[in-house]
Amino acid sequence: MSKLYTGAEIVFKCMEDQKVEFIFGYPGGAVLPIYDELKNHDTIKHILARHEQGAGHAAEGYARSCGKPGVVLVTSGPGATNVVTALTDAYMDSIPLVCISGQVPTHLIGTDAFQECDTTGITRPCTKHNWLVKDVKDLAKTIHKAFEVATTGRPGPVLVDIPKDIQFQKAKYTNFKKQKKLNGKSNNRFSQKDIDKLVAMMGKAKRPIFYTGGGVINSGPKASEQLRELVSISGFPITSTLQGLGSFPGDDNQFLGMLGMHGTYEANNAMHDCDLMINIGARFDDRITGKIDEFSPKSKKVHIDIDPSSINKNVKVDLPIVGDVSEVISLLIKTIKKHKPNFLRSNKENISKWWEQIEKWRSVNSLNFINSDKTIKPQFAIQRLYELTKNKDTFITTEVGQHQMWAAQHYKFDKPNRWMTSGGLGTMGYGLPAAVGVQIAHPDKLVVDIAGEASVLMTMQEMSTAVQYNLPIKIFILNNEYMGMVRQWQELLHEKNYSESYTAALPDFVKLAEAYGCVGIRAKTPDELDQKIQEMIDVKKPVIFDCLVDKEENCFPMIPSGKPHNQMLLGPNDQKENKITGKGKTLV
Amino acid sequence: MSKSKSAYSDPGKKGKLDTHIIVVWVDNEAGVLARVVGLFSGRGYNIESLAVAEVDPKRGISRITIVTTGTPQVIEQIKLQLGKLVPVHKVADFMRGDKKIIFKEMALLKLVGNTSKRNKALKVCKKFNPVVLDKTQKSVVLQITALRREIDTVMGDLKKFGLVSVSRTGAVAMTRGSEIFK
Repeated sequence: MSKLYTGAEIVFKCMEDQKVEFIFGYPGGAVLPIYDELKNHDTIKHILARHEQGAGHAAEGYARSCGKPGVVLVTSGPGATNVVTALTDAYMDSIPLVCISGQVPTHLIGTDAFQECDTTGITRPCTKHNWLVKDVKDLAKTIHKAFEVATTGRPGPVLVDIPKDIQFQKAKYTNFKKQKKLNGKSNNRFSQKDIDKLVAMMGKAKRPIFYTGGGVINSGPKASEQLRELVSISGFPITSTLQGLGSFPGDDNQFLGMLGMHGTYEANNAMHDCDLMINIGARFDDRITGKIDEFSPKSKKVHIDIDPSSINKNVKVDLPIVGDVSEVISLLIKTIKKHKPNFLRSNKENISKWWEQIEKWRSVNSLNFINSDKTIKPQFAIQRLYELTKNKDTFITTEVGQHQMWAAQHYKFDKPNRWMTSGGLGTMGYGLPAAVGVQIAHPDKLVVDIAGEASVLMTMQEMSTAVQYNLPIKIFILNNEYMGMVRQWQELLHEKNYSESYTAALPDFVKLAEAYGCVGIRAKTPDELDQKIQEMIDVKKPVIFDCLVDKEENCFPMIPSGKPHNQMLLGPNDQKENKITGKGKTLV
Repeated sequence: MSKSKSAYSDPGKKGKLDTHIIVVWVDNEAGVLARVVGLFSGRGYNIESLAVAEVDPKRGISRITIVTTGTPQVIEQIKLQLGKLVPVHKVADFMRGDKKIIFKEMALLKLVGNTSKRNKALKVCKKFNPVVLDKTQKSVVLQITALRREIDTVMGDLKKFGLVSVSRTGAVAMTRGSEIFK
């Protein structure tokens, strides 16, 4: 007779078999048996967050930066409800998370017991799938299935709810064999015929563009390499969504910058005027398309996506290709090389006018801003941060708002998995705990959370986690005392009625840093900025960097509400081009 | 600047709505109906009727039949989103009026009134295989099977003959001929 294990032991045996190294969690009554078992498993390290939402975002940061699923462990009731924001965030941005939650004992379920909630009911719409384990014999199977669902196909969060009595009960554990066959939800459904069609379309296109997204990152580092090859052998321009940044080098000449609501002039105009749009792993989100009826009216659209339900959801496409980005691109490259070995040269003439047009748009220099020598402009702060960290293989997380868009515009990424931002859900408070998770995965790398003072206060307590585990994360706050994006929209859309968007009583962030046991640095003027940033980089401790920036700067360019891509609002430079002094120009 | 004060784009043109019957084969496990129904409510799809029961006790498979309306794009989304649910095995979609498909719904009708009224009521139902399930001096309970639209009509017609209560199953569907949906 084989050995019997308790439910709690089985949880850890499963995680060992899944090669889990870190759990982000917070203990409580209904998960105590699992926490009790923790001491017997050296290969698994538990990271104690200060709030379950923080644990969830940290697991997201971990997963996004290293490609492995993040594991979260929380208790029943409030533990589970607190993690809902992180699960929803992971669901929107397709991040693999496995959340294990405790539940009240099975005989108490449905009695409104202490710290009971309908966890599977609450998390049903924000997970790929969830399970309530009612029999200890099903536990191992369920947890392995959970990892499979989270990581295959379009990745996403899953939750396994384990009642406390199940954690005590005993069952056999049969060793887990990783199945090669994936579940039916993740298949590649494309054929050589689809690829041939695409190659033919590419050959005919006069104004082509690649529009790439987070799917390239999710497909693994190899997909990014293949994308670079594809772009280079085709000679086509490429633009990326917020989530796709890093899959293609940000400083490459073929890269037009980010597209969408705060994307560049050249990227959005190219999307509007193109005759062939090749969407690779992006989902035609409303912040990308703007007014859907006038979205890229003249183009044939190709959509490569692993999730069949992404096809034709928002925008009707001419050629859908359902499959994993990496596999589609590799077949595409092979086909081009076989049938059109000189594609780049033979096609150059075909698209030369298109590139001329793009260069014209590019010369507008839409990310330009009027710099100042008195106050720090937020864009300038990010440019300096980029210049001083670009040679370090830096990992950047962000909160949500103006600073996030400025970071996306001015920080240039050249590798995948270096950029962690909450795009789909737009969760303020994401960046700090995410930085904790990233630093756990990459202890020797520089991890910077580009933050706003409002966002960062939402999950500030996780600084305590960073101090506990000696995680030298850098919280780079662009402090304008406003919820900047709210303020911007109130200025542009609500007659400057700044309703509740100013934070009148902010903490002293330098003192706050000291209170947490980390280092506080404040920069007030542009000329001290470089030296202070360098100081931040050099400190081997967590840092809160309070960068006091212009309070009324707006984030441009911007596609106003209900407008198509070619009707962008450019920044003040557009109107005041002639007023910029020579000095201002050299600074930007 | 746009007059709209929303950062979201304006709703586009509304397409024509079609009625479809969606059949879903699912694992008969706890919460599966909530997953399917939650998908519809969460994404704003309509449910006109819903019928569900286990059809394969050995493998634990239930068959859910949903009547819904939507633009072709929405119907396509419904199918693809359902297909992504873990306990869903397969999804079939039939357009209302498809000649290759049988659609039926059963209704129980309670009528209260004198014999002449009840007989007239029976006549109205004649086309729809009426079965008298219960009879008293004052009342009768009828069972009919028909299309949804037909039952709607019958209900209207029976009002004057003392219809007091209706219970309907929601539509179920099956393909004609020897073929089955794979």
